[in-house]
Amino acid sequence: MGTALLRLQGVVAGYGRGDVLHGVDLTVEEGAVTCLIGPNGAGKSTVLKTVSGLLRPKRGRITLLGRDIGGLSPQAVLSHGVVHVPQERSLFPSMSVWDNVLMGGFVLRDRAVVRRRIEHIADRFPIVANRRHERAGSLSGGEQKIVEIARALMLDPVLVLMDEPSTGLDPRARQLVFHTITEINEGGRTVLLVEQNARSGLAIAHHGAVMESGRVRLEGTGSSLLADPEVARLFLGAAPANRG
Amino acid sequence: MNRLSAAGLARGGVVMCALVAFPFVFSQHWVLNMAFFVLMYAGLAQAWNLLGGYSGYISLGHVAFFGLGAYSEAILFSHIGIGSRGFLPLLVLPAIGIAVALTSVPVAWVALRTRHMTFAIVTLTLLFVVQQLAFNLRGLTHGSQGVSVPSPTFSLYERPFYLALLAIFALATLVTWHVRRDRLGLMLFAIRDDEDKARGVGVRATEAKVFTFAVSVGMTAMIGAVWAYYIGYVYPQFAIDPLVMIGSLLPVFLGGAGTVWGPVLGAFILVPAQQWLAYRYGASELYLIAYAAVFLAIILLLPRGILPSIADMVARRRDGRTTPRLPVGSAREEIAS
Repeated sequence: MGTALLRLQGVVAGYGRGDVLHGVDLTVEEGAVTCLIGPNGAGKSTVLKTVSGLLRPKRGRITLLGRDIGGLSPQAVLSHGVVHVPQERSLFPSMSVWDNVLMGGFVLRDRAVVRRRIEHIADRFPIVANRRHERAGSLSGGEQKIVEIARALMLDPVLVLMDEPSTGLDPRARQLVFHTITEINEGGRTVLLVEQNARSGLAIAHHGAVMESGRVRLEGTGSSLLADPEVARLFLGAAPANRG
Repeated sequence: MNRLSAAGLARGGVVMCALVAFPFVFSQHWVLNMAFFVLMYAGLAQAWNLLGGYSGYISLGHVAFFGLGAYSEAILFSHIGIGSRGFLPLLVLPAIGIAVALTSVPVAWVALRTRHMTFAIVTLTLLFVVQQLAFNLRGLTHGSQGVSVPSPTFSLYERPFYLALLAIFALATLVTWHVRRDRLGLMLFAIRDDEDKARGVGVRATEAKVFTFAVSVGMTAMIGAVWAYYIGYVYPQFAIDPLVMIGSLLPVFLGGAGTVWGPVLGAFILVPAQQWLAYRYGASELYLIAYAAVFLAIILLLPRGILPSIADMVARRRDGRTTPRLPVGSAREEIAS
C-alpha cells in the first residue's frame, strides 16, 4: 500500500450541459479499499462513471498508475484493468450463473486463461460452483451481487469500482457483500467503493472520502471518518455532537 | 473444440440411424409424405430457433427465404434440366443455401437495427414484399402461373427427398447444438437477455446477429429448394405462405425455444397431428383452429415449452429446490474446458 493507483485531479464532469462534479481531487492507493460517501446528488456514482469511461470528463485529469485514462472509451478503460460493478442488477437473468461469470471474461481470447480464471473464481466463490446451472435471475439480490463481483474478477482487474453494492439488500445479504469485498481486497485488489450505507462502507475501508456538491470535502482513514463527529452527524445518523 | 460424450454420441447415432432407416422400412407413399413434412418443419423450426430461440429476435419473415430457395431451385432447373438421374437439384442445395445466406446479409443488417416487435413487423413486411415480387416479376417467376420443376423418376419417389431433408435437418441440429456450446451461443443468449448489457461486456452484437440470421435463412432456403423439387410447381402464395411461417414457429414454442431438441419435439408432435387433421377433414384448414388452441395452451400452461418445463420439474424433484435450472448442458463449461 502507499502507491497511488488512481488519481483524479480537478475533474469536472456531468450530464449534458449540467456539471455534477466541480473539480474532484481524489487518490486511490494501490491495494486499499477507498470508500466514497456523501448525500444523494453529491456525485459519488458520477465519479465512478467518469473513471470507467461511461462519462467523459470536461476538465481535469484521471491517471491510472501515471497513465492518462480520462476520456477513454469504456472498453479501453476495461482493457487497462478497471472494471465497474454498477448499482443496478447487471447479470443476464435467463443465463446460468456459470455463463454469467464467463461473460465477465468475454473479451479474453485465450481459452486457457478463461478456464484458469473461472476455475479460480469457482473455488473462491462457492455460489458460482454450487449453483452453476441455475438461472441468475432466480438468485436472491445478495447472491446476484456476489456473482456480479465474481464476474468482475474474470478480467483480473487492478481496480474494481463498486457502486452502492448493498442497495436493496437485507442485513444478512449486506454483510455477505461487504465480507466479499474485504476478501477480494485481501486477495490484492484495489477497490473504489461508493456506498450509501456509510457506516458499513467506512468500516471496511482503509481510506474514506466525503463528497458534497460535486467536490471531495473531507478525507481520512475509514476509522477516523467513522469517529469524526461531523461525519457522524451528517452521514451516520448519530446525534449532533456537543461542540460546546 | 466441443466435447461430445459417448452417451450423447450414442443417442444421436441411434436417432439418426432410425431416421435414415425409416424410408427403407416404410414404403407407403402416405407415410413417407407425412415423414417428409415432419422433417421439413423440424428443419425449419430448428433453423428458426437458431435466430429466434437463441437471440430472441422473433422473425416472421423466414418463409420469404424459404420461397427464395424454392424459386432458385425451380427457376434454375426449369432452364437447365434435372439431369438423367434427377439428383442434380439435390446436389446444388448447399450452393443455394450459401447464395441465399449471402443475399440476406444486407437485409439482415437493416432489419436487425430494429428490436422486439419492430423487428417482427419488419420481417413480416419482408414476407409480403417477397411474395408480391414473386407475383409481379413475371419474366422471372411467371407470376401467379408459377414455375414448374421437371419431375424425377425415382424408384420410390419420396425417398430421395426425405433423405435430402434429413441431411439438412441433421445439419441444422448439429449447428444448433454446436452454437449452444460455443462463444456465439454465449453472445446470442446475452443479446436475448439484454443487448445493451451484452455490448457493454464486449459482445459484437451486430456481427453475431447478422451472421446467425444468414446461417438460419440459408438452411431455410435449402429446405425451400427441396420442397419445390418435391412438389414440382412453385406458386407465390404457397412458396411464401404465412401458414408455413406459423408451422415453423409453433414447434419451437411448443418444444422449448432456445433448446436443441425442443423444436424437433414440437415438430414431431404438431406436424403428424396437422397431417392427420388434413387427411381426416380434407383441405379445409381446420387444423388452423387446432394450431390456435395449441398456441393458447402453450402460453397458458407451458410458457417456456415442454423441454424446459420438464427440466424444471426434474430439477425440483431431484433437489427439492423451487428455483428453475437451465436444461442440462446449457452451461458453456466447454468454453472453459
